Amino acid sequence: MERPALDRISVSIRSGMITGLVGPDGAGKTTLIRLMAGLLLPTKGQISILGLNTEKDAERLHEITGYMPQKFGLYEDLTVLENLDLYADLHDLSEEEKTVEFERMLKFTTLKPFIHRLAGNLSGGMKQKLGLACSLLGHPKVLLLDEPSVGVDPLSRRELWKMVQELADQGITIVWSTSYLDEADKCHDVLLLNEGALLFHGSPKELSKRVEGRVFQLEVPLEKRRMLLKDVLNHPETTDAIIQGNRIHLVSTSSFSVDLKGFQWTSIPPRFEDAFVDILGGSPKGESVLAKHISQKTSEGQHPIQAEHLTKRFGNFIAARNISFSIGRGEVFGLLGPNGAGKSTIFKMLCGLLQPTEGKALVSGFDLKTASSEARSRIGYMAQKFSLYGALSVQENLNFFSGIYGLQGTFRQRKMDHMITIFDLSPYLESNADLLPLGYKQRLALACAVMHEPDVLFLDEPTSGVDPITRREFWNHINEMAEKGVTIMVTTHFMEEAEYCDRIALIYQGINIAAGTPDHLIESVKTKDLPYPTLEDAFITLIEEINGQEKEKGRA
Amino acid sequence: MSMHSFKDGWFRIKALIIKEILAVWRDKKSRIVLIAPPLIQLIIFSHAATLDVINISLGIYNQDNGWYSHELIQRVKGSPYFKYIYEFKNPADVKRAIDTQDVILSLQFQPHFSRLIASGQTAPLQIVLDGRKSNASQIVMGYINSILQTFNTDVLKYKGVQVPEPIEIAYRSFFNPNIDYIYYTVPCIVAILSMVLALMVTAMSVSRERENGTFDQLLVSPLQPWQILIGKMLPAMIISIGESTLLMIAALILFDVPFKGSIVSLYISMIVFLFSMVGVGLFISSISQTQQQSILGTFVFMTPTMLLSGYATPIENMPHWLQPFTNLLPIKHFFIIIKGIFLKNMPAAEVFMHTWPMALIALFTLSLAGWMFKKRME
Repeated sequence: MERPALDRISVSIRSGMITGLVGPDGAGKTTLIRLMAGLLLPTKGQISILGLNTEKDAERLHEITGYMPQKFGLYEDLTVLENLDLYADLHDLSEEEKTVEFERMLKFTTLKPFIHRLAGNLSGGMKQKLGLACSLLGHPKVLLLDEPSVGVDPLSRRELWKMVQELADQGITIVWSTSYLDEADKCHDVLLLNEGALLFHGSPKELSKRVEGRVFQLEVPLEKRRMLLKDVLNHPETTDAIIQGNRIHLVSTSSFSVDLKGFQWTSIPPRFEDAFVDILGGSPKGESVLAKHISQKTSEGQHPIQAEHLTKRFGNFIAARNISFSIGRGEVFGLLGPNGAGKSTIFKMLCGLLQPTEGKALVSGFDLKTASSEARSRIGYMAQKFSLYGALSVQENLNFFSGIYGLQGTFRQRKMDHMITIFDLSPYLESNADLLPLGYKQRLALACAVMHEPDVLFLDEPTSGVDPITRREFWNHINEMAEKGVTIMVTTHFMEEAEYCDRIALIYQGINIAAGTPDHLIESVKTKDLPYPTLEDAFITLIEEINGQEKEKGRA
Repeated sequence: MSMHSFKDGWFRIKALIIKEILAVWRDKKSRIVLIAPPLIQLIIFSHAATLDVINISLGIYNQDNGWYSHELIQRVKGSPYFKYIYEFKNPADVKRAIDTQDVILSLQFQPHFSRLIASGQTAPLQIVLDGRKSNASQIVMGYINSILQTFNTDVLKYKGVQVPEPIEIAYRSFFNPNIDYIYYTVPCIVAILSMVLALMVTAMSVSRERENGTFDQLLVSPLQPWQILIGKMLPAMIISIGESTLLMIAALILFDVPFKGSIVSLYISMIVFLFSMVGVGLFISSISQTQQQSILGTFVFMTPTMLLSGYATPIENMPHWLQPFTNLLPIKHFFIIIKGIFLKNMPAAEVFMHTWPMALIALFTLSLAGWMFKKRME
């Protein structure tokens, strides 16, 4: 019997509160929300919402709940107003009610200027707001939101949170599911799920308490941070450590002395994620056996990745406009931006999947679009959502990828054996890649991408949705590969991943709005009102600046 | 290209081929889909798509009372295909019977029919057919024709005229002693099912990878576009040749269809035929983003192909301007070959006559697919 999607969950959710349903992909969040919405029936057990059983009173239940699935059913070819109209009709609103409600919703969502725009042409954030408005039309008492903040830029994400907090103040009960652990701190209550099991239920502060007094940070020089992180991780008193720009963020065991490694660590308040990692037993140690098997890359004169005035047009739409940067050997470079900002377009032009309309994309001096097999066998690529062959077994996937990268004979066998040992794949060799746990899929995908020891590694949103332990393990490998001289290019909409990068380019509306080290970006937005901005603050401030400039242009 | 890089290239393609075949075979669903439906279809279609016209009602208006017309009518009555035979007294009855669809065909003997034959002259025989049932009446006409030919030959023999050999042969090939249409339909259905499979396997293969995101992974790998194309084409060929073999064996065992020709000729022409279909499938694949679009594309191609192939409706009945276009359909040629090889020992030269048009079409569809493939990557 396979592991159940949800295993014996018993909770009660407080009314008028925001309850966060927090956990990595595959934890069972969507299943639980769909059970609450009455769209799935429990195999065992029961759920009642305001006294209504999801099985017996489904009809009446739908009247008092609003449900917003991950991809809300907006009709992309209808305008904002037409979408609202449709959902109003589905909720049996009269014409008078409609006028009042629409006014209220458009004001609430600040979508008023866009009522005649097609829903398909809205940005990710605006779509989510419209979806929220549509699910609010029936005056629900309970609002079930399934990952409303996925793919939404940080600015819109903040706005969404503000809207939801307002709704909670009006007495609406809200369930908000998310895989972003930083959102947990904003909830009144949190249900922490992992692999179908409920790990914690209560206020996020309460969970953080378990690591209170054990969280520290240390400023380190940028070029030494990866080596230091490895040392810190290997220290017996370390529970968890990650890189945040030019700081190391540490969770220690209780017997910690403040002068670990002879540095002066500063105590800081704990985050939700610190506690989560602590519950899961701490981060993996810092050694990457993978990197050990990769030979040191010698530097050649040129920059491994060069983008020169890249522009891509799709008809009238400009997906990327005059993007230029170059990445040095052994550098981890991040393209950061919300969905639809153009970072995937830039990424695809660099790895030769898209032809730039103007400009040049060079990897190790080659245009990958036309490069020889030899040149292309020097790069590795890991696609979003780990594109493995699901019907093939782990062994067959390894066979295939080593085969197309031209590994042969005993060398091939040795390489595959290394991968199997490093990533601990031997128990799964015969199982289909589709059926692997998410963490193992991630491992296999990385194994397939680096088996041939590439000089340059492309990673497309490599750790979105995976649990924090898997993400740490992944970045341990990447960090050490960078130390060995492998050049790494990452796209992400995830602040935490961006913190690992040596340099970041912020992409918004197809433009590179800012570039530099994470700390450089943070530094650039420091003001009196915001003395300690986070990377997310930097991102939001920079985007707001652009939006402000556009408005001014509009006026002029 | 140096020997070394050629070997390298081949090694990569081999990895692709193994992956492709495993992907089809490891997935339990696709494994079942590949074997069960074609066999079931073969059995059901072969019985359902019968072109036999039996239990025919036919009318006779005989103004002659001589021996020859009587003899001919007896022979028609003796045929197993005609169940009801009505005798009419005047042309109005004939017209009414055809109008009300009581009979599909009526034979009309002129007053001096027997006298003309007896005096060694040609005697006219009028046949009225129901044009609304063009297909059925054509088949019935075929039955009548063969009866008439036998009759003619017998009359000539009786009169002591030496009958030249060719008539004898024509008689045999036309008048298959059993006229068992299952012999005609089974090879055709084998051809159709092979075509559908070759199309489906290729049409889905690229779009499935597009949906799963693995296609980008292939494009980024050292594989060159033409290697990917070959890596998609060869597994599809292997799968469809295997499938066709399975279907042919089933046809021979389940339906006892004779196999008279050369198995080598059949396989050579089949490979050419399947290449042309794989080309079409890859073309559909290259323009589809999703598997759904691929399936739709396959049907857009298949429906007109089946209608124009000559399987269900005779090409001779199509408008003249349309008839040359049917030569552009590989399956039209392959129908001729597969029937020819199964039912009679079609000589290699004749097989070749129908194979080279398919080879040309294959060359065209494969290059088109390759061109589209490259174009879509930009």
